[in-house]
Amino acid sequence: MSDATAASPIPTAHPRGKSSLFEQDALTRRRNAAETRFRLYGLTAIVVSLVVLAIMLFTIFRDGTSAFRQASLSFPITLDAAILDPNGNRAPEDLAKVTTIGYGNLIGQQFANFLAAEGIAVEGITDRDISGMVSRDAPGRLRDMVLANPALIGQTIDFTAYATGRIDGYLKGRVTMETAQLDSNVSVEQLQLADLLVERGILSVAFNSGFLTNPDASDQRPESSGLGVAIIGSLYMMVLVLIFTLPVGVAASIYLEEFAPKNRLTDLIEVNISNLAAVPSIVFGILGLAIFINFAGLPQSSSLVGALVISLMTLPTIIIATRAAIRAVPPSIRDAALGVGASKMQTVFHHVLPLAMPGILTGTILGLATALGETAPLLLIGMVAFVTNYPAGPLEGGVLDPATALPVQVYSWASRSDPAFIERSSGAIIVLLGFLVIMNVAAILLRRRFERRW
Amino acid sequence: MTLIKLTLSTVAVLAGTTGLALARDQVQITGSSTVLPYATIVAEAFGENFDFPTPVVEGGGSGAGRAKMCEGVGENTVDIANSSSRISQKDLDTCAANGVTEVMEVRIGYDGIVFASDVAGPAFAFTPADIYNALAEQVVKDGALVANPHAQWSEFNPNLPAQDILVLSPGTKHGTREVYEDKVLLVGCEETGAMAAFMAAGMDEDGAEEACLKLRTDGRNVDIDGDYTETLARLDADKNAIGVFGLSFYQNNTDKLQVATMGGVTPSTESIASGEYPVSRPLYFYVKLAHMDVIPGLKEYVEFFVSDDMAGPNGPLAQYGLVSDPELAATQAMVAARTPMGPLE
Repeated sequence: MSDATAASPIPTAHPRGKSSLFEQDALTRRRNAAETRFRLYGLTAIVVSLVVLAIMLFTIFRDGTSAFRQASLSFPITLDAAILDPNGNRAPEDLAKVTTIGYGNLIGQQFANFLAAEGIAVEGITDRDISGMVSRDAPGRLRDMVLANPALIGQTIDFTAYATGRIDGYLKGRVTMETAQLDSNVSVEQLQLADLLVERGILSVAFNSGFLTNPDASDQRPESSGLGVAIIGSLYMMVLVLIFTLPVGVAASIYLEEFAPKNRLTDLIEVNISNLAAVPSIVFGILGLAIFINFAGLPQSSSLVGALVISLMTLPTIIIATRAAIRAVPPSIRDAALGVGASKMQTVFHHVLPLAMPGILTGTILGLATALGETAPLLLIGMVAFVTNYPAGPLEGGVLDPATALPVQVYSWASRSDPAFIERSSGAIIVLLGFLVIMNVAAILLRRRFERRW
Repeated sequence: MTLIKLTLSTVAVLAGTTGLALARDQVQITGSSTVLPYATIVAEAFGENFDFPTPVVEGGGSGAGRAKMCEGVGENTVDIANSSSRISQKDLDTCAANGVTEVMEVRIGYDGIVFASDVAGPAFAFTPADIYNALAEQVVKDGALVANPHAQWSEFNPNLPAQDILVLSPGTKHGTREVYEDKVLLVGCEETGAMAAFMAAGMDEDGAEEACLKLRTDGRNVDIDGDYTETLARLDADKNAIGVFGLSFYQNNTDKLQVATMGGVTPSTESIASGEYPVSRPLYFYVKLAHMDVIPGLKEYVEFFVSDDMAGPNGPLAQYGLVSDPELAATQAMVAARTPMGPLE
């Protein structure tokens, strides 16, 4: 064909005849165009995913960073013995009879008195409006303080209480004078008073450590809700998942890779491990409910059951990662070890396993990171719950106490009616992302530190 | 070798701890997500004022909660099921079959169902007939049953604004759906004469009721299966929408929502308590009496919940939007006497 055309008297009819490196023919142009297009597709894909990620992070940080700051009121309180200890004997059982309702009245009254004494007033504001600016969580905390230290009764103490969610929202720009007019939970007078209190330094916004340490709170006090129980629950679960899955996963992988005969049975096991890794997580929740709670009688909502369920879910992922890491160790290492007289087991534990360790750890940490964000299986074993008591320490059986987890807290706050929970929910996502970033960085560092090249 | 030892000791520790696991010292509650905020408010106050740990409260839905309660008696089953609709005979049968024979029914108050639209839009004054005309699959027009032709509210009621119809209804999984059907759609069906038209077309009463509850599927009715926050987000995205909310949710978001009247009555805790506002329903929780003296704090929690300090008209639950029960004193007496509920009529 090319010979025939080369001999042709009319060179222009020949598609490649006068081909020059500087002048592209139609086919080359098409191929080049296809390549350019493919590069563009690839680039677009990356840009799209980056834009989506940026939008997601932007909204989360825009909504969530304010959760780390919190408005609080500080004012002196005289702990009136006539109200707090009507019998005057300081007996703990008598003190405990005064409920948070009594303490709430005391706080509201003292706050109003303090403002009157300081000469801070807004026209048309009622005492109810004034006391309504102090968080409903304050009475409980004051009561705990007094019960722990009855000597405080009769004294005047400096008390710091959270401001309610709406006042907090006003200082953060979420609530405005216009919305307050329509809002039945806050009045314009309260916001005017808030402005005056800020000027006097009684009301101020500061870093909110309570967001990381407080337990969850009900819909009426978003300002005092925090991630304390969820962080402890997630921590317990991750440690337990690590303890359960790492030995089992590594043992299973070593056996399957190094010792197991290659036959139909091991093939079947391999296929099933891959299948298990693809099973939706909610299925493990149903399994956990049936086995660990209904059959084994383990307590509901406990981090132990959560950890067991998540272990089942994570195990296949860890086995697959570990097997890949073991397989990546060159056979020459095994051959050399066996060659100098090591037993099979010595070969594995002295040579193969240490060399595969970075890969195993990376796989495990990434598996744990996925597990950390899991909510669906926890739904069925009662961990998607309102829990306000901290679990006990790990040695006192704390893993059996009710707890929640970080992603659960995100979910449960997102469905609350008070708008203040929206910022809390986004704030919880930031904390969760923080943990994930730490785990991923740890995985990368471990790999860098211990990786060997052959 | 050390690895195997580690595994074995882990298993041993695990086995050891499970033996200790059996005594539960906090109350376990599950059920309706409508009752959930009220239950958390009470649980929190209970934890603050009593020496018992704060009860653990789960959401997840009325039906699921009752089913969980009926799983049996024992410390690894829940103590209380919150419910936004009354327990069914089927649930009670399941309970009895699993040994849960004595269940106490506690009515905590009433919850209003409100229709609300975007705060900046026009105001709405509905009757059940309007909702039926807007949403039903078949409506009566000029004396005959036709497939719903309405695109704007003003087409069937000149007093309503000329705005495109879009209603965010509670999904079929919601306890709210039942009230919505019974007190709005069925009533509207009768008011518009559609019920009579269905019967005239040869349907029996059950068939006609079923036909009344068939909603149009052309996108003007959207069933929301999530919670009210999802309804609010949809309403934010499309300002023409009318959302169906619980009264307490509306009261916490009055800066974004304006409420529609129903039959000329504005929903509020007062108008619901007096029965003027028609769309409301009782809220309940169900207690397993067999757990009463076994689980520490259960008796105290139940008594605290129905006390005047909590469920009374000036208590925190009423502040949050619960319409307090005028017969609260009778409920308190029942709780004190631990009267189990009788068979459903």
